[in-house]
Amino acid sequence: MKRKLMPFALVAVFFLTVSSFIHAADKPPQKGESLPVINLLIPKSPAEKSYLGLSGGGSFKIPQIKAKAVIIEIFSMYCPYCQKDAPGINELYHLIENDPDLKNKVKLIGIGAGNTPFEVGVFKKTYAVPFPLFPDQDFTIHKACGEVRTPYFIVVKINEDGSHLIVHSQLGEYPGAKPFLELVLKSSGLK
Amino acid sequence: MKKRRFFHLAWVVGVFSVFAFIPVVYAISDAFKQNIYKVGTLKPVDSVLKVKVGDRAPDFTLPSISEEKVSLSQHRGKKNVVLSFVPAAWTPVCSDQWPGYNIVKDIFDENNAILLGITVDNIPTLYAWTNQMGKLWFPVLSDFWPHGAVAKKYGVLRSNGVSERALFVIDKKGVLRYIDVHDINKRPALEDLVGVLEKLKK
Repeated sequence: MKRKLMPFALVAVFFLTVSSFIHAADKPPQKGESLPVINLLIPKSPAEKSYLGLSGGGSFKIPQIKAKAVIIEIFSMYCPYCQKDAPGINELYHLIENDPDLKNKVKLIGIGAGNTPFEVGVFKKTYAVPFPLFPDQDFTIHKACGEVRTPYFIVVKINEDGSHLIVHSQLGEYPGAKPFLELVLKSSGLK
Repeated sequence: MKKRRFFHLAWVVGVFSVFAFIPVVYAISDAFKQNIYKVGTLKPVDSVLKVKVGDRAPDFTLPSISEEKVSLSQHRGKKNVVLSFVPAAWTPVCSDQWPGYNIVKDIFDENNAILLGITVDNIPTLYAWTNQMGKLWFPVLSDFWPHGAVAKKYGVLRSNGVSERALFVIDKKGVLRYIDVHDINKRPALEDLVGVLEKLKK
């Protein structure tokens, strides 16, 4: 009898292993939750490294970024709305960087869902994106984020003790740099 | 005893094979809202090529969404040509392939190449679908009638009447220099195509 149950046990173990490995979330990250585990490679560019307040090589997690709030845009080089919004997101970056009070508090990164490093590079060059973009070639991060449509925005508040919380998330509907910055500052308690 | 083990093994393999159909994920642009029809995971390739690298590319003339007819031969001696067959309008991976090509016109220009996008959909469908992508710089051709005739000529018409996700690169002499009949469920990486175009330039 036990032997007959073996295949079921094997299948159960296999399925659990696979599902925990893929970790395909069934919904996008929500306000009030923590971020799913996202490992990104520390950028090679010294300017980007210093922007994020990171040092050395290897990988990092988003809450390690030296900031009080991080805006994450999940985009794709292949997505027309991401292309259309790109200049407006650049403007958001410049609004933050030109404000001495916000400069070191709010940081911006992009994650290219299903994009190779080359494809992310094309997007960066085409739209002169001034903030760090990371490839997610095999959709690992995209899956962990509930396979959101793009562009998708997540705002994360990072506390003094290193803990973090998602304070805002939205699909598309980018309202422009100023209103979005206002929303980021309010939701993360910086204003 | 051996027989029993065999049955156990067969049973386990059978159940495991179900997981081979875990759906493939796509990053769908919000530009298409809820209008993308989910096709699930399909057989990666479902046709047999009728051309090979080194062959003269079969000529064709097809109507485009701008109402002009476009022939392959009109570019002979002038431009390298990339044919991008995508399976169908309003499907997941296809909807996020041409918008990427749309922002790399400079790469095509640098390599003296043009792009022709082809599907087996009719013109009104292609018109509505590509309108969601913004203004495309390359012609979009309809291989609708006789249905899939060009796809068939190249050997990329699948058994259900849509085409493969395939890239053909044809040099200025009209000779096929690169063929990628891609897994229909996945988008070909842009760098592979760019690499081919750069080699052609040399």
